[in-house]
Amino acid sequence: MSAKRKADRRGLIPLIVVAVYVLVAIAAPLVAPHDPNGSDLAARLAGPFAERDGSRFLLGTDGLGRDVLSRIIFGARVSLTVAVATVLVSGVVGVALGVLAGWRRGWLGTVIMRIADIALSVPFFLLAILVVAVLGPSLVNVVICLALTRWPRYTRIAYAGVLETRERGFIRSTTALGANGWWIVLRHVLPEVLPLAVVVATLELGLMVVFEASLSFIGLGVQPPTPSWGSMLSDGQQYVATAWWLATFPGLALFGLVLAVNLLGDAVRDRLDPTRKVAASSKRRRRKEAVLDTVIGTEQPNA
Amino acid sequence: MSVATLISVSAPRPRAVAGGTVALLRYVGIRLGQAVIALLGMVTAVFFALRLSGDPARLLAPQGATEADIEQLRHTFGLDVPVWHQYTNFLVGLLHGNVGYSYVQRESALLLIAQRMPYTAQLALVALILSVVLGVVAGMIMALNRGGWGDRVITPIVLAGQAMPAFWTGILLILVFSVSLHLLPSTGYDGPASLLLPAITLASLSAATIARVTRGAVLEQLSRDYVRTARSKGASTFRLIWRHLLRNVSIPILTVCALETANLLGGSVVTELIFAWPGVGQLTVQSVSDRDFPVVQAIVILASTVYILINLVTDIAYGFIDPRVTASVRGGGAT
Repeated sequence: MSAKRKADRRGLIPLIVVAVYVLVAIAAPLVAPHDPNGSDLAARLAGPFAERDGSRFLLGTDGLGRDVLSRIIFGARVSLTVAVATVLVSGVVGVALGVLAGWRRGWLGTVIMRIADIALSVPFFLLAILVVAVLGPSLVNVVICLALTRWPRYTRIAYAGVLETRERGFIRSTTALGANGWWIVLRHVLPEVLPLAVVVATLELGLMVVFEASLSFIGLGVQPPTPSWGSMLSDGQQYVATAWWLATFPGLALFGLVLAVNLLGDAVRDRLDPTRKVAASSKRRRRKEAVLDTVIGTEQPNA
Repeated sequence: MSVATLISVSAPRPRAVAGGTVALLRYVGIRLGQAVIALLGMVTAVFFALRLSGDPARLLAPQGATEADIEQLRHTFGLDVPVWHQYTNFLVGLLHGNVGYSYVQRESALLLIAQRMPYTAQLALVALILSVVLGVVAGMIMALNRGGWGDRVITPIVLAGQAMPAFWTGILLILVFSVSLHLLPSTGYDGPASLLLPAITLASLSAATIARVTRGAVLEQLSRDYVRTARSKGASTFRLIWRHLLRNVSIPILTVCALETANLLGGSVVTELIFAWPGVGQLTVQSVSDRDFPVVQAIVILASTVYILINLVTDIAYGFIDPRVTASVRGGGAT
């Protein structure tokens, strides 16, 4: 009981932080103190807390005199949209293919894993650069090419999980008892694979935020003047010696979101995987496993 | 060389080797064949990726080319023949080592990349060594000393390292060490000192990921029966790690290292851009902004080939580390 409550509490703060990011992104026009694209050349490169004509620039202004805070707030929209869309698309597709390949094996499994290997064998950031450069940079194109290159991660981890699980004693026993194959997959294999996939997904969620920013950083993300953290950092780098706030605050926003997402992922994993929490006491472990079964049971349709 | 040494290393384990060598060789053969298929698939994907936009001649043409120039290019590149024909020509060209010609720099793409490669390889190697050593050690400490002071100190560092995007780490390092302290050069290639900041930037994310995976893998193994048995027989922590744990956790660790190598190659694009490092990553960005697609295409093909080879070596290493893998490669586990 106490362990469970502790895990709940650990995930609470990151959850609140992520929720704040989401809310701010949704309510961006209401929250932002200035127009994110409204430039005021007279107020360019003003430091944090600068005041001008009665309005305050809390985090300073950039080279075109635009309010940094407002641009960060609007930049959250791009980051969150791209990250969530990419993880959803690639995760669902990837896990389904991986479980299918690991369970059925044979020619189908071979074909799936070969395709996954090919997709994995292209250093994905380079492929993303190539595809975006050919298609032209836009929000949808960024999501498409990130998802296209990320699904094999889930497939590989799910495949490895299934291969490892299917040789374990309890699967053999269930098979010996004559259980239906797909029932075994849903009831016994998925619960072993899903925590792996969820951990990968949360890592990926943070990574996708970073990669969207990376693409923007090199100029292949959402195009200006739409504010995005990556392009703000790229601008900031040019002024690194004179205007430290330009690179510091968008980076801080990015760092905070990624950190919160990662911490949330840890809490989720600890709740989903009881063996890591209580290894010594078998009685508690069994009880936790019962809890896990109900948790996984409700989540099966998603996988 | 590696085959012979690795087999002799495992020689004292008769059960792993008996009848295992044949299975191992077959496994290596199958993996080799699959690598060739992967290469072919990747090349095909790149070929069609360039045709996603409809007219590759327009992409390949330098900026400001006239309609006649493009028509001329279409003819020179053989883009006026059917797609299937273009594809076979493309493959034959690749077999002859012809990965493309940069009309922007008036130079073979291969040569352009070869000039930049030593810088990127140097950077990636230092970063990889740094991240594997730091990552595995940190992960082991976090797992074995869970709840102890080592775990409490390292965990926040790892979490922070993982949440730091490369370009922000890089800019902050420049702010602190170059702009404020004037300790290290911020940009360009200028002796070993200039390698330091980009390598740390690149390694920070990978090290954190490797540490996390190591921690997870070790913790998972710690609850297994064989660990309890070894412990109850009085094995020391060092012996437990060396003799029992490392072999069992090496598969996830190797997997993540192979994936991280790709990340290093990809991540180095941004890092090289920040530090004005004269490597392949910078060439990529430069070529994209020049719309110099033959070079971008060549970079993707070459980098992917390297990555496929890394994957192949990793897969073969699995076979040596865990005999169960070779046994199950051809549906052997028909239970």
